[in-house]
Amino acid sequence: MSVIFKRPEALLDVPTHYCPGCTHGIIHRLIAEAIDDLGILDKTIGVAPVGCSVLAYDYFACDMFQAAHGRAPAVATGIKRAVPSSVVFTYQGDGDLAAIGTSEIIHAATRGEKLTSIFVNNCIYGMTGGQMAPTTLPGQITETSPYGRDTSTAGYPIRVSEMIATLDGACYVERVSVDNVKNIMKAKNAIKKAFQNQIDGKGFSMVEVLSTCPTNWGLSPSEALKWLRENMMPYYTLGVKKDITEEVE
Amino acid sequence: MNKRVLMKGNEAIGEAAIKSGCQCFFGYPITPQTEVAAYLSKRMPKVGGTFLQAESEIAAINMVYGCAGTGTRCMTSSSSPGISLKAEGISYISAGELPCVIINIVRGGPGLGGIQPAQSDYFQATKGGGHGDYKMPVYAPASIQEMVDLIGDAFDLADIYRTPCMIMGDGMLGQMMEPVEFKERKMRELPSKEEWKAAGLQGRKKHNIINTLFLKPEELEKHNIKLQKKYKEIEKEEVKYEEYKCERDNDLIIVAYGTTSRICKNVIKEAEEEGLKLGLIRPITLWPFPKESFKDTLSKTKHGYLTVEMSCGQMVEDVRLSVEGMKPVAFYGRVGGMVPHKEDILQKVREILGGEK
Repeated sequence: MSVIFKRPEALLDVPTHYCPGCTHGIIHRLIAEAIDDLGILDKTIGVAPVGCSVLAYDYFACDMFQAAHGRAPAVATGIKRAVPSSVVFTYQGDGDLAAIGTSEIIHAATRGEKLTSIFVNNCIYGMTGGQMAPTTLPGQITETSPYGRDTSTAGYPIRVSEMIATLDGACYVERVSVDNVKNIMKAKNAIKKAFQNQIDGKGFSMVEVLSTCPTNWGLSPSEALKWLRENMMPYYTLGVKKDITEEVE
Repeated sequence: MNKRVLMKGNEAIGEAAIKSGCQCFFGYPITPQTEVAAYLSKRMPKVGGTFLQAESEIAAINMVYGCAGTGTRCMTSSSSPGISLKAEGISYISAGELPCVIINIVRGGPGLGGIQPAQSDYFQATKGGGHGDYKMPVYAPASIQEMVDLIGDAFDLADIYRTPCMIMGDGMLGQMMEPVEFKERKMRELPSKEEWKAAGLQGRKKHNIINTLFLKPEELEKHNIKLQKKYKEIEKEEVKYEEYKCERDNDLIIVAYGTTSRICKNVIKEAEEEGLKLGLIRPITLWPFPKESFKDTLSKTKHGYLTVEMSCGQMVEDVRLSVEGMKPVAFYGRVGGMVPHKEDILQKVREILGGEK
């Protein structure tokens, strides 16, 4: 009997704390599969954020850091500069990366740090219980936008991938989704490419993954996937925002 | 034989760091410490090290967190307002038990304050500028030579106890030039970092995690108790101070550190001419504070102690805690970048002694 499906080596055999229907689990697996496929478990170092995925350090089998809120790209920079032969990735949510950590992600990207950032966007602060994030859509109801995000007082959502794509130091930026099998396969390829670029010594790579938060959106897991498709995808369009992989030496 | 060279304090810090095996420096410009970064931007690439100018002090200290977590000797430097920004990171580095050296070339505050020398960050440095129950060893050199010597000590101490260690000099020490010799120095016996560093598995079976989160109260309490045990050990083993003319029966003992202590030594010389006998206690470690020096000198000072600082009165609180009300403790301070003049200190001494010898 041959094994056709198993847990990736880069993912530990431990239960996760994620809510039912949350897509963090899928994204963790895709990262772990990429690490396995590229054979880099021995030299990979991950940086977990503050937010729902803070405990990611307990789930990946590689060496891990837990960073202060928003500081993962700075922590990753320190790691990579100290051990240039390592493969360093940050795993960050939208509160962490797009609000408190905006400065760190922009400057890591513009310096062309040879890092891989996986940016999980679910339009909300999950761990603190569903408050408005910089990525919360206009009109979206959250705990701190109870009447719906009013752009006249709370401004507009940030399209992080498009913003990072404007920076010369960024090598590869793509927005993907994990709402169906086809998109999951695409997300896997994007994540793998973002790691491969780092192995090849190319510049900063980021993959933004559209993700769901059934608990804080107040929807069932399947309704949440539908909500992602109908509301997030029109605002946060999928696709490659920048790719100069071929041009970079 | 090593040569004595004339060097600016901030540049000497950079050179001493390299000679102490510092491999990575992460900094951000702020007066009056910017020459540390400028010097290392020139030297680090020549010695195969890393110099990186971060986007902020916050990013710089978090780069230190990452770098130190891989077991690499690293340093950052800043001045007062910048250290406030680093405070979050220092708390994390203490919690994560990561060795690194932090330079603070202190300027006057609060707020943006000024750019002239001050000692008003004593509380921030010794009482925990960031959140949580942590302590950080703080060295306070009084000359550029001593600052250079202490940098090697700071890196060793950081490695031995897995803690951030601060060198705190006032703006004067950063900016002035003095002859300095980079002496051959024997490293202390250092523990291996293999057990905890997170630099990639490289064949290791279990992953290492650099972490400061303990969600279970029992575990967080246990972690705090572990840290406190380490701090007790540091208090026992690492106190450094100088006693100057304290062995005799004095009229008064002055307590001062850094540049201020040098002015006070001159005060003591001048006071001799008036027939006043003064001693000086100069803490070299601000934390751990040299409490024992006060027990030793309590019976040798008729009028107690006078603490002189470039602050509104910060170290004086530790002096009072050490003296435990057994003798009077007076205070004289100048602030805002004003440096105390020896005549003013002498006048304060005369006031305390009330003409009585």
